[in-house]
Amino acid sequence: MIGVQLGELLDAPVPGVDEALDLVAGFDDALVHGFARLGEDRAMALSALAGALAATPLGVRAGEAAEKIIAGSATDEHLTTLAGGRTALFGAVHDALLTRLDTALGRTRAAWEESPSTTAPSADNLLSGCRSWLNELAITGWRGVGHDLVSAADQTIEALLAVPDLRRQAVLLDGLAAELRASSPVGTMDRLPARRWADLWTRALLLSRPGGGHSGSEPSGSVSGRLLILGVDVHEHGTAVQIQVHGILESAGTPPRLVRASVAAPKVDTIVGPALWRLLHRYPVLLGALAEQRSLDITDMPLLDSGDLVWHDDRAGAGEPADPFATARVLLAGALAPAVPPLDRHPVRISEPVLVEGYTTATEGGAVTLDLGGHILAVDVDRLPTCGPLTPELVAASTACLGLIRWDGGWTLQPLAVQATVKRKPVTAHNGDWALGPTDPKVVKAEAKAGDAVAVLRERAGRLLRR
Amino acid sequence: MNADRAAWEQRSALRVVSPVQPRKLAKVPFVELADGRLQGVVSSGSDIERVYVSSFTAGTHAYSCSTNNNRPCGALPSGSSPCKHLHLLAAEAVLQYGLDRVARYLRVDVGDGASSGADLVSRMDGQVERAPAAMVFSRFLRHLNYLEVPDTTVPIPEMHWFPALGAVR
Ligand SMILES: [Zn+2]
Repeated sequence: MIGVQLGELLDAPVPGVDEALDLVAGFDDALVHGFARLGEDRAMALSALAGALAATPLGVRAGEAAEKIIAGSATDEHLTTLAGGRTALFGAVHDALLTRLDTALGRTRAAWEESPSTTAPSADNLLSGCRSWLNELAITGWRGVGHDLVSAADQTIEALLAVPDLRRQAVLLDGLAAELRASSPVGTMDRLPARRWADLWTRALLLSRPGGGHSGSEPSGSVSGRLLILGVDVHEHGTAVQIQVHGILESAGTPPRLVRASVAAPKVDTIVGPALWRLLHRYPVLLGALAEQRSLDITDMPLLDSGDLVWHDDRAGAGEPADPFATARVLLAGALAPAVPPLDRHPVRISEPVLVEGYTTATEGGAVTLDLGGHILAVDVDRLPTCGPLTPELVAASTACLGLIRWDGGWTLQPLAVQATVKRKPVTAHNGDWALGPTDPKVVKAEAKAGDAVAVLRERAGRLLRR
Repeated sequence: MNADRAAWEQRSALRVVSPVQPRKLAKVPFVELADGRLQGVVSSGSDIERVYVSSFTAGTHAYSCSTNNNRPCGALPSGSSPCKHLHLLAAEAVLQYGLDRVARYLRVDVGDGASSGADLVSRMDGQVERAPAAMVFSRFLRHLNYLEVPDTTVPIPEMHWFPALGAVR
């Protein structure tokens, strides 16, 4: 990304975004207080949200749902309809933002084509269990949530975790429940993550529709070729970790395209930092490529419509060393970006790989910004995972950064790798450097001192669980 | 300040649960602040098959220690002081959550100069009071069960709401 492109990205506010988010904020406020206690203002906010959808296919049903909810007779169907309305608004916001970003970067994006989907697994009892908990939350409102209501989801979540096809629902509900538990009684909190919890609630409700959550998870085919890694993004909550590798796939007969490969593993809150990689030990080829900066030769790897490879480590082989910065310099500008599945269209998912260089950095009160040709880009230095070597100091000392452009109320750069000068020596650091174990002697020592948390817990599980 | 708060409330990707600090899990594999107690599971030093369920109650500072089969801890006759399992629990809880968070949860006034689990225990003067072990033990088993759930390579887009964040600064 060069200065002109950043200038275009930051230029004027993206039209329509503020208006859509105002409507969403009204809905989110209703969830804070509960649909059982709407009051006049929040009732008007729901009507406004439904009104904004009037010209869409959801329009009539959204209007009816808002009316019923305001009248105090909310059903699962009404709540789901309004959740769909909120999602549609965010879908529009997502599209406007991503179009702005693609235009600024000159990035070409594939059009969405959905492969015919197979029938979704029937787990209707479980999904209806999710829905009734979510309905109860909405009627009660976040402010009324306490330990009993949170614990009511425990059994459902446990059952969801046992069904591989329902992992998305399980991980999402578990993450939300943990936050509500840690915040209970929520009524005593002085500020609430209103947008965030409404996001999670909405997504969970839509994923819990019968057959929900399968859009985009059907392989459109399989691919072979050379995968050149750009970097790895790490996602984590108390009981789950996911790595998402961004790369460029070169395969015969097609232009280079951006793809991702993910591995997610359940965990517990005491497994943190570099120990996270040990949870992913079944993927040594992928981890090795991250740690050693190698390309990967893949054969018949399933590829989803969303541009996600469904990773099979045994269909990948370690290739030649490949510097991610070199990959980005040579291939990123011309790579085709994948389409976004309809249900996933939410700004939180925007994570476009970019290479930024030729900037100067500034640090103020812990915040780091890049000045690129007179345009200022904020760096999200909170988002530097403890399982890798990147620090705010390294970013501040950097001269080149491979990262993801994100949007959460404003555009930011999430670093995945930096080239920096520390004590007059060039240093390169990537999020995935420690995928096969930490390489920094200080971190190695700390790890050795703490012992192998994963091994200890597996030993305890072996002795105590199977009795 | 209000603008900051409004911006925070309108963000999608936030840290809501404070992360825990890494610690050795060998002696005390499980610690939690839940159900109005600091509670956890302490591995027996002598019998590899046995674990103790130990807890301190918030407010009253009543303490309890028994085996997972609900047999009272031999080192904790009524009227005595907390056994070594309870001391270990307090020490590891302070490592995992930090002294302030544990003291706040238990409503212990630790004052200045306190830094360890031992300081925390010395500033409580509750009595022995049997708390149910089965519930805590089953929560521990549920905790362990996460490591039995298989990994997956089908992407979970919802995890974009849960970024891995750096250490709290
Ligand atoms: Zn004891």
